[in-house]
Amino acid sequence: MSVVLITILTLAGLGALAAVILYLASQKFKVFEDPRIDQVEEALPAANCGGCGFPGCRAFAEALVKADDISDLNCPVGGPDIMEKVADILGKEVAKTDPMVAVVRCNGTCENRPRVNQYEGATSCAVAGALYGGETGCSYGCYGLGDCVEACDFDAMYMDKETGLPVIIEDNCVACGACVDECPKDIIELRKKGPKSRRIFISCVNQDKGAVAKKACSVACIGCGKCVKICPFDAITMENNLAYIDYEKCKLCRKCVPECPTNAIHELNFPPRKPKPEKKEAPAKSPESSK
Amino acid sequence: MLKTFSIGGIHPADRKLSAGKSIEMLPLPKRVAVPIAQHIGAPAKPEVKKGDLVKTGQVIAKTGGFVSANIHSPVSGKIFKLDEVVDASGYRKPSIIIDVDGDEWDENIDRSETLNTDITLSSEDIIKKVGEMGIVGMGGATFPAHVKLSPPPGKKCDILIINGVECEPFLTSDHRVMLEKGDELIVGIRILMKALKVDKAVIGIENNKPDAIQHLKKLTSQKSGIEVQPLKVQYPQGGEKQLIDAVIGRQVPSGKLPIEVGAVVHNVGTAYAIYEAVQKNKPLVERVVTVTGPGVTKPGNFLARIGTPVSQLIEAAGGLPDNTGKVVGGGPMMGKALTNLDVPVTKGSSGILILPHEEAHRKPVENCIRCSKCISACPMGLEPYLLMIESEKELLDRAEDDNIMDCIECGSCSFTCPANRPLLDYIRLGKGKVGQIIRNRN
Repeated sequence: MSVVLITILTLAGLGALAAVILYLASQKFKVFEDPRIDQVEEALPAANCGGCGFPGCRAFAEALVKADDISDLNCPVGGPDIMEKVADILGKEVAKTDPMVAVVRCNGTCENRPRVNQYEGATSCAVAGALYGGETGCSYGCYGLGDCVEACDFDAMYMDKETGLPVIIEDNCVACGACVDECPKDIIELRKKGPKSRRIFISCVNQDKGAVAKKACSVACIGCGKCVKICPFDAITMENNLAYIDYEKCKLCRKCVPECPTNAIHELNFPPRKPKPEKKEAPAKSPESSK
Repeated sequence: MLKTFSIGGIHPADRKLSAGKSIEMLPLPKRVAVPIAQHIGAPAKPEVKKGDLVKTGQVIAKTGGFVSANIHSPVSGKIFKLDEVVDASGYRKPSIIIDVDGDEWDENIDRSETLNTDITLSSEDIIKKVGEMGIVGMGGATFPAHVKLSPPPGKKCDILIINGVECEPFLTSDHRVMLEKGDELIVGIRILMKALKVDKAVIGIENNKPDAIQHLKKLTSQKSGIEVQPLKVQYPQGGEKQLIDAVIGRQVPSGKLPIEVGAVVHNVGTAYAIYEAVQKNKPLVERVVTVTGPGVTKPGNFLARIGTPVSQLIEAAGGLPDNTGKVVGGGPMMGKALTNLDVPVTKGSSGILILPHEEAHRKPVENCIRCSKCISACPMGLEPYLLMIESEKELLDRAEDDNIMDCIECGSCSFTCPANRPLLDYIRLGKGKVGQIIRNRN
């Protein structure tokens, strides 16, 4: 009997001793972690895409809790709703951000931009970019090898086989910016989604002089400056033979679109224009045709 | 047993179709396009404007820094315009376009054929002259020659190695220079020796050029200090580090320049250009270009002015064959496919290779079978299959630890891969990215 008793007492004693040591150690080496970090992380979408600029949602949650002013921090995936929730948990103010969406600024389809050579190297835009300017006469345009599609974690992009260009599925795009970073030609840009997803942008990044650009691609921006002149809001600037529409200033009046002689300006999700006899081109695009 | 370098190497068929063709003078083109960045380093700054009249040999763009080179007008005529032209890189590069009118040379240039063996200039003056005359490494890397002749303080050069290896299949321009301009070449080597203050020079030549070896041996027999070293045929022996290993058995440490082991390497083409620059006051305005390929009717070696469109060279070699699949600027191993035929000849253009369809295309890529052939082939002792994966998956820190920056981009790994993997494509990409990171770190 006593053997059993001694055994139980010894084990209980050892257990108690270990418990005391563990307790003391945990007190001594305690790391304070704000419980709000867990709460914030819970609220975040757990996509770990890095679109906020931090390595994953946990790191973003830590940054949110630590910062006094969180107005310049934004989760592009969650958008305003999630940021609102986070602000409630932390009792801080968030800035109202406009939802963004990725836009492919190249319309150099196989028809518009004839191939002048043939690339046979590894299927990667980065590899091709390290070698040369691409299969067409335009050394600014899309390689069409799909690095951006590889980079997208949200199934928001696919390569259109016919045009050879990436297409963005607007509903899936969370504007994390992964494709923007991946594109070696800086063709993809994050732009304001706009009311009812209506947007106007220059679908070209070619900085060559007009004649060279036009020869390489029939829908290139030739830097003629007509759009700059007609814009009533000074939203369009011309730099290095390339027009750029500032989405903060653009009021979506659509005056520039028919003005462009090469149809390089694209409008998305607008209702069709009333047909005018002298202006035949009214390229009203459906959401799927965001090229 | 002939000497060669110690690790790696491959044996592509040498196919020197134009080896027996003597250097032909190419007629003057109607219009030349001279890129202002024909060398490694800062681009030169244009000195002329539209409408200016220039003479052959006149400076048209001044050096843009220490590691840079002057550009001289290769023709006489009128500046048509300063514009961007697609060069061998496949990108549009700023160039000076000149309409050719007659051939009037700058009066300071001695155009006589007489051999001038008296070296009157001092070491410093030679280096200055080489810089002024816009001489760059003519083996293809186009590193400004005067920079190589000025060793950094504290470093001592004790041997000059002249690269007459020409290990690239098909190319024969250096071979012809050695055969036809041997006397001038030897004077050029003596000028280089004087500039570097060394008393020993070795010309390394692969054993597939016995005539050149014999010719230069005869010329150097009575001159002390210059030696001809026949080498076993193996690619990439023309690589600077491989050649030093092959000729004098010294290994350049990782990330260091050849001067670290007391050696300076110059190409035979460069030595000949230096002879012309120092003794004849003639800047680098023309070079020997090999035009060759299996289907070419008249493969040959042509003395072409810088800026000549490639199409004219091809015309001189009998025109583009019908089943042309690819036109390569340079040799088949390290050359680059040209995107159009108006690309101008530059200081680094050693050859134009025209490949028929059946040889021009890549084979389908298969999976790596870990056969380690690429490791055996790599002359730098790297692991190409691993570097490719690391570059592809952006494991750049690991790629740096695995010495990706030591890759000389010779293409031996891609050549030897039985699964046709684009090893070099990805390694080059990774090398670029790691190089960027290292530059940002410093």
